Amino acid sequence: MKRLLTRQNMIIAAVLLAVYLIVQTLLSVGIISAFYETNLVLGGIGVIMAVSLNLITGFAGQFTLGHAGFMAIGAYFSAVMTVKWGMPFVLALLGGSCLAAVMGFLIGLPTLRLKGDYLAIATLGMGEVIRVVLLNTKYVGGAAGLFGIPRLTNWTWIFVSAVVTVLCIRNLLWSSYGRACISVREDEVAAEIMGVDITRYKVLAFVVGAFFAGLGGGLYAHYYYFLQPGGFGFMKSIEYLVMVVLGGMGSMTGSVMAALALTVINIFLQSYAAIRMILYALLLIVIMIFRPEGLMGSKEFSSAMFSRFERRGDRGSAGGQ
Amino acid sequence: MEQFYVFLQQMVNGLSLGSIYALIALGYTMVYGIIKLINFAHGDIYMVGAFVGYFAVNYLHLGFLGALGVAMAVCVVLGILIERIAYKPLRNATRIAALITAIGVSFLLEYTTVFALGAQSRAFPEVLSNVRIGLFGNKVFVTNKELLIYGVTLVLMILLQFIVKKTKTGKAMRAVAFDREAAMLMGVNIDNTISATFALGSALAGAAGVLVGIYYSAISPLMGVNPGLKAFVAAVLGGIGSIPGAALGGVVMGVIETMVIAYGQSTYRDAVAFAILIIILIIKPSGIFGSNAREKV
Repeated sequence: MKRLLTRQNMIIAAVLLAVYLIVQTLLSVGIISAFYETNLVLGGIGVIMAVSLNLITGFAGQFTLGHAGFMAIGAYFSAVMTVKWGMPFVLALLGGSCLAAVMGFLIGLPTLRLKGDYLAIATLGMGEVIRVVLLNTKYVGGAAGLFGIPRLTNWTWIFVSAVVTVLCIRNLLWSSYGRACISVREDEVAAEIMGVDITRYKVLAFVVGAFFAGLGGGLYAHYYYFLQPGGFGFMKSIEYLVMVVLGGMGSMTGSVMAALALTVINIFLQSYAAIRMILYALLLIVIMIFRPEGLMGSKEFSSAMFSRFERRGDRGSAGGQ
Repeated sequence: MEQFYVFLQQMVNGLSLGSIYALIALGYTMVYGIIKLINFAHGDIYMVGAFVGYFAVNYLHLGFLGALGVAMAVCVVLGILIERIAYKPLRNATRIAALITAIGVSFLLEYTTVFALGAQSRAFPEVLSNVRIGLFGNKVFVTNKELLIYGVTLVLMILLQFIVKKTKTGKAMRAVAFDREAAMLMGVNIDNTISATFALGSALAGAAGVLVGIYYSAISPLMGVNPGLKAFVAAVLGGIGSIPGAALGGVVMGVIETMVIAYGQSTYRDAVAFAILIIILIIKPSGIFGSNAREKV
């Protein structure tokens, strides 16, 4: 317990609280307009999606192109829970996430036998199958979409969810589970020889990633009033993949920063959808050619970087690598 | 008996769609065979082929064969450029890096076209008159366009088989696909051989683009996404790296999809391809014609 209350953790908590309170105040006073609030929400969801995708792709090394499929499951199921069953928002979010995690398990178990690009295509296919099934399900509105979802997502929900996501995945990664996942990424054969049950850790990463993607979906559903299967296609998966690749595969802080940075870029490119996609494409190509490990590589942007200026040698529980 | 004619009619339609998938799948399978890369941009080269055909007919006033030739030539240049600029620097990078680049190239082609020409679909000019040929006492119809698709596909496939099996470039391609280092030591120019592979695959995709324009008479900047993915599934179905496999896989894929539209629900047409993919990958990842290669550790 005493390791929880280190100076570093206190500083991080204080900074987070300050950020939350400042934005909350600005929102309630009305300085942040509705337009920017939408982008705050999108940025927060981006953080959740990018960090959870990074767990699967960056840390466990399982390249997936179907992350939006899990998001769709979370979004639809949580929306069904609030709209059709009248459940409270918390339960709906949890329900959506859990169903996404279950789907992650069911889909992950067979497909994770595949490697590299075959896995990528299989997950792409899975995402598309989820979309088409939703398209054909009358209960959730089919192609017309699911309407009348209450707007329950607000800055508080987004902020808390994003922080919880980052914290959970960070703690998972800094445990023996996380090290096992990373060993699977580095060298599957070597990891297996050392006694790591690779299937188990791949599926674990997949399930946890799917869970948080479902959470992102639930938040998304309850911000936009209505859902359409078309919104969760291949394009959406790529959007989050760009965040992970840009930030660095294997860097959580990288994903967080890339998610926020791309949201800001999107604000400026709001009315030029084609240019935005061209920019995404060029970003992907240029990063892969010149810096395939992403901007941050597998490094973390941690408080240790600051404390080095304060006091040399004190890197205690900074959480850096 | 009526049922049987309906089935035959669907078969005719399925074969046309399948021929187009087969042409695209050949490019996938050759590129995958030689550099182990799923060339995501391949479906977009097919789209570019369709648009080049459109402009060739509308502005250069070429006929069918002229448009086909111009589209194939432009796609060859485009394919080689993409390979040289985007994929060559990554030849020794991880496969994931190359795959992400391929996705990037695909998006670049799609949205540059959207930006330049608009996202709306266009009507492909009528270069051929419509002739319907009745079979079985006018119970089943084959159009001249369908016959043209079968014919062009067949000719191109025979040509491809000839190039791969009988020419020096083809021999080099097979050698590089088998063992790149050994081929290099034997004096095969790796760069040129890989470019030649991209050139051949892109030419076939360009031809498929023009054929689709003529057959469905509507083209759009995002038309390559779904056929591209399905053609890849077709290549996997036939056994990736195998040329006859890609041809067969494409035809099977087209027929299955047409049957789903005819007898099932058309909204499921896109899901079926992926369901097939997932099933093959789990049951027999090497495909119909693929060799059961043991993975090297």
